[in-house]
Amino acid sequence: MTAPADAPVTTDAIPTMTVTLKILRFDPDGLDGREPGTEYWEEFQIEAHATDRVLDALHMIKWEQDGTLAFRRSCAHGVCGSDAMRINARNRLACKTLLKDLNPAKPIMVEPIKGLPVEKDLIVDMEPFFASYREIMPFLMTSGPTPERERLQSPEDRERYDDTTKCILCAACTTSCPVFWTDGQYFGPQAIVGAHRFIFDSRDEGEWDRLEILNDKAGVWKCRTAFNCTEACPRGIEVTKAISEVKHALNTGEI
Amino acid sequence: MTGAPELKAPKKAVSHSTLGRAQRWSWIFQRVSGVLLIGLIAVHLTVNLVMGDGINQIDFAFVAGKLANPFWQWFDFTMLVLAMIHGANGMRMIINDYAQTPWIAATLHWALRISTVVIVILGTLVLFTFDPCPAGSDPSLLPSFCEDI
Repeated sequence: MTAPADAPVTTDAIPTMTVTLKILRFDPDGLDGREPGTEYWEEFQIEAHATDRVLDALHMIKWEQDGTLAFRRSCAHGVCGSDAMRINARNRLACKTLLKDLNPAKPIMVEPIKGLPVEKDLIVDMEPFFASYREIMPFLMTSGPTPERERLQSPEDRERYDDTTKCILCAACTTSCPVFWTDGQYFGPQAIVGAHRFIFDSRDEGEWDRLEILNDKAGVWKCRTAFNCTEACPRGIEVTKAISEVKHALNTGEI
Repeated sequence: MTGAPELKAPKKAVSHSTLGRAQRWSWIFQRVSGVLLIGLIAVHLTVNLVMGDGINQIDFAFVAGKLANPFWQWFDFTMLVLAMIHGANGMRMIINDYAQTPWIAATLHWALRISTVVIVILGTLVLFTFDPCPAGSDPSLLPSFCEDI
C-alpha cells in the first residue's frame, strides 16, 4: 500500500539509537606512541537506525570519527565476500548483519576473522586461504576436443552441486573452523566446497585428481563435523554436508 | 604492494588408490569402533548391573565367574582394545588441536602412546591369566565351581 501524496514525510519516525562498537584493532606501524604490532580494543559510539548494518556503523566510524580504521568491503551487498568479520563471536558479513539483530543494548564486538594473519585492524592476509583454493584446481578439467556448443547437463545433474556454486570465497567458514585455527596444514572447509562444486559436476573429468588431493593429510579427514562452517556461511551453504559427501565418495569410490 | 601472488603449479595427484592412507583409516576406525562400542558397552552394563540381582551381585565371585568363561574373556578383550584405541585416537586429535608448543605436543603424544600400550597389555594379562580360585581363600567368597577343583 502506498501512502497518500499529501501525507507528511515521516523520516523522523524511524527511531535512532546509540550503539557502542568494540573493535579489536591491530596497528602494524605503531602510531600515536604505540608499539608496532599492538593489538587493542577500542570503543566507538555512533547514532544509528535499527535498519543500519554493521558495515554502515563501520563507515560512520571511519568517515566521521577515526579515519585510520581499516576494513575491506567492495559491493556492500553480500555478493563480493570482502567484509567477513567476527561480529559478537560469530563469523558474518558486516553488510548482511543488521544492528537490531545484534542486541544493540550491549557493545557489539567486532574482530578480524580468526586463523589468518592480521595485517591491520579488520584486514587479514587472505593468501593462505586462496592458496588452499588453488590447490584443489577450481577450474573445469575435460579431455577430448572442445565442443562447438555449450556442454549440456540435465537439471538433475546440475542439482547435485547447486549448493556449492553459491560460495563467494568470503572465508567465513574456513576461519570459523576449529581445526583450521590450530592446524595450519588443513585446507579448510572452503577449499572442500570449491572442490565439491567440480567433483560432482557431470561435465568435469578431474574429479579423482581432486579427490586424491582431498584424501591427503591436509584434506577431508581432518574435518570432525563441528558444523561451525555451516553455521557461519552467509550464503547458507550446507558446508559440513558437502564435506561429508566428499568423504562418502572417497569411502565408496562412487561419485 | 607486492602485486599478484606467485602461482604454484597445482599439486600432482599421487595415485588413484585410496588405500593405505592413515588419516582415512583412522577416521573410518573411529566411526566403526564407536558403533561397536555402543553395543558392547550396552551388553556389558546390562549383564553386570541390570540382569540377575543387579548392582548387588557384583563381588569377587561374580567377576571371577565371568572371567573364567572364554566368551566373556574375548568379549572384554574386544571392548578393552576397541575402547583404548578409540579413546587414544580421540585424545590424539585433542592434542593436535590444543598443544601448540611442539615439545609439549610430542611429550603428550608419547605419554598417550605409552599409556595406551601399557593399559592394553595389563588388561589383556588380567583377562587371560586371571585365577578365579586363588588357593587358601575363604570358599564363601569364591565362585561356586571352585568346590569341584
